[in-house]
This record gives sequence, structure tokens and C-alpha cells, in this order.
Amino acid sequence: MIDTSPPPFFKRGLSPPARLAIFSSLAFLLMVMDGHYQYLNTLRSAFSVIINPLQHGMNAPVQLASKVSGFFVAQGRLKGENADLKEKQLLLGGQLLQFQALQAENTHLRSLLDAKKRYSQKNVFAEILYSGRDPFSRKIIIDKGSLQDVKPGQVVADQIGVVGQVTRVYPVVSEVTLITDKDQAVPVQNVRNGLRAVVFGNGQDGTLDVPFMPVNADLQNGDQLVTSGIDGIYPPGLPVAVVSKIERNAAFPFAKISCQPSAGIDRQRQVLILNTELATPYPPRPIEPEPAKHGKPKR
Amino acid sequence: MANLSAKSVLSKPASGRFIVLSLLLGLAANLLPWSGLTKLLWPDFIALMLIYWITYQPRQVGLGTAWFLGLLMDIADGVLFGQHALAYTLMVYLAQILHRRIQTLSPWQQSLYVFGLLLISLVIMLVIRLAFGAPFPGPLYFASSVIGAVMWPSFSLLLRLPQHRKPNLDDTYSKISK
Repeated sequence: MIDTSPPPFFKRGLSPPARLAIFSSLAFLLMVMDGHYQYLNTLRSAFSVIINPLQHGMNAPVQLASKVSGFFVAQGRLKGENADLKEKQLLLGGQLLQFQALQAENTHLRSLLDAKKRYSQKNVFAEILYSGRDPFSRKIIIDKGSLQDVKPGQVVADQIGVVGQVTRVYPVVSEVTLITDKDQAVPVQNVRNGLRAVVFGNGQDGTLDVPFMPVNADLQNGDQLVTSGIDGIYPPGLPVAVVSKIERNAAFPFAKISCQPSAGIDRQRQVLILNTELATPYPPRPIEPEPAKHGKPKR
Repeated sequence: MANLSAKSVLSKPASGRFIVLSLLLGLAANLLPWSGLTKLLWPDFIALMLIYWITYQPRQVGLGTAWFLGLLMDIADGVLFGQHALAYTLMVYLAQILHRRIQTLSPWQQSLYVFGLLLISLVIMLVIRLAFGAPFPGPLYFASSVIGAVMWPSFSLLLRLPQHRKPNLDDTYSKISK
């Protein structure tokens, strides 16, 4: 150790144990403020202005390398890919025509039924810069931020299904928590029978759990789970997961159900930020007689 | 290799500018956007830099530097505020206690100490995150400390290069020794 008690003519400030106490208690204070009360988001975005240029600087060589390696792909592969894409576009174009007709019919029918238009949707295209460096959570960083009108809570999807939700927004980048992150909840509905549930990220591996389902719940392997849309955040009908394993043990009150995410959670370069806003906001919540307990929603 | 530490007694003191530059380089190396396995195995270069400077320049770098760099890492990684700060502060405090002992060892013996210090910082972060409800990321989480320790001898050699004194032929001492 550097001398714990320096002679008075070589004053070096506080002793190391005192410094340790000060700095570690400061760090502890910050952790509690951040972890329990989320006070520090403004401080975080202020500091991110300093650190972001460095981050972008370090990102550049890696992206350049991937671009250079992408430049040297075989001509044959590109040709095949191009043909595939053209075929797909034709197929999707046909479906889109049908979709537009259906949408028009739907709005007409809804107006006949005097039901309000539920969602207005504008999507923003974003590129994944890198996956989050924190080994404890599953997050990705995308190249659109508050300057491009990205807001926390927006849903992020790829062409197959839901990828995650925007959780933190910085000026030029934002952080997306993947649906496989621990306790990231998505309200879903079974396509086969309309059964509602909430899926949670497992956190350990890339799977999702459906907790709090009774042992006799009508779910089967291969069932498609899509967003139910009743939460007002996720637009309805987006594929979320496919049920892959069900353990029904009568000794436990709930069945153990795990699913594979539908979207290419770890395989995408580009994603869509769905700008879903309720056309008519929900009415205010009725005042409850007693304070609701915090915790996971039980179903 | 063991006499390298003896040589370092005669080497120039590191300039403050070089220390700041090296810490910035360490930060940059930590910010490389790796994914998957590389991300897990990539050693914590800021921790290595801090251990090096605490060992050889204990007056220049201290707990405050460690704490501040930890905060920068917390923001860069988007993790819990203060997680890296606390881990680095405790690790650097231990390194300060041990720095006289580490100075006298050969590089490979030093790397054992470095392994221990890196492991302690990882364990502190693990405990903090588990306390705040994160899942255990698997035993591979600790692998980066092994890789950091293996890299230590070459790493410290590289950082010592700018401090080597050039043999000055006009020097009286070198004339006498010839």
C-alpha cells in the first residue's frame, strides 16, 4: 500500500481506505438511484454525447471490414439471390394488392359498425449497429435516435415478426431490448384458438417462456403466438413465437411452456421501428379502491 | 525475463500524456462492437491498463481515475450506473495494496496476480447484477479474465517500450562504463 499515514510534510490528501469508502459509496448510491428509481437517464444521455463519437469511431473499422468482405461475394450467388428476391417481390406484390383491398373493405366495415380506427402506423427503417456489450442482458443498438423521432416503448420488428422494444433513446442511436431478454413481456394470442397469454423472455438462452398457464391450457407444440394488441403498445397480429416445448406436471399449478421466437432475433442487420400510435387514446384508468400490488401480471 | 523489472527502475517515468493516451486506447479497445463469443472472450483493456499504471506509476493513477473510467464504461455499455465504477474501484484498491509485490515478480508470475484482480472485478459485477435481478450469463463469463492474464506479459512489455532510455553516447557514465 502507499503509506497509509503520510508524514505531515508530504501531504497526499486522504488515506487510501478513506478514498475507497468515498468512491465505493458513491458508486453504490448511483447504482441504487439507477436501478430502483431510474433518476439518471438525463445524466446518461448527457454523458453519451461524449462517448458516442468514440463508439462510432470504433464501429467504423468493423463495418468497413464487413463491407469489404461483402464486396467480394461471388457473382453467381448474387444472381441467385436477385432471382429469389424478384420472385418474392412478385408474390408479395400480389398479396399487397389483396391486402389493400382488404384494408379498404375493413375500414368501410368498421365505419359501418361505428368502430373507431384503432391504429395509425408509420414505420422507420433502422440498421443494427452492434449488439449490446452487457453479457447479462439481450439488447441491440440501432442507428436511429430521438433526432429521427424514435421514442421509448416503440416496437421493433423484422420482416417475420417482433424483435423487441425500444428502451433507451439517445440523440442518434437507441437501445432495443430483445424479446428474449429476461422478463421482457409481450402480450400474445394463440392463432389456433385465440387463447390469450403473456410471453416473457427467458434470459438464459434465446427462448421465451409462457408462465402462469394452467396445466390443462389449450396450447400445443407448433402453435403460432401473435401479438394480441390489447395492451395498446404492440400492434395486433405480429408473429412473436412458436410453441416448442410443453411440460405438463400435475404437481405444479402451472405448465412449463417454452417457445422459439419467430423473428430472426440474432440474425438481422436491418429492422423496422413500428410507430404505432393509438388513434384514440384509452380512457383513463378507473381509480382503484386499494393500491395495486406490483409484480408480474398473473393469468 | 525476471530482470526486466530491475531494468524498469532505470527507465524514464511515464509522461502523464502517455498515461492518458493509453487509458483512452484502452477505452477504445473496450468499445469495439464485437458480438457473440468474441464479445465474451474480449478482455477488459481498461482494467488491464489500470492495473499496469497502478503497479508502475501509483502516484499518477488512483481510485478516482478508476471510478471515472468505470462510469464511462457503464454509459458505453448501457448497464447499471456505477457497476463498473464499483468493480474498478475495489480492484484498483487491491492492486494498490499489492503493487510493491507485483513490481518485483517476473511477467508470468505477475499475470497470476492480474488474473486474480480481473476475476475479482468480474465477480463484483456479477454479484451486483444478480442482486438487481439479472440471469447468470454462464461460466464463459469468467473466460475474459484468463485471456487478459495470458495477454499480460506482452501487454506490459508494450506499455514499457516508450519508457526505455536511449543509450546516450555523450553521457559521462556510458563513457566510463565502456
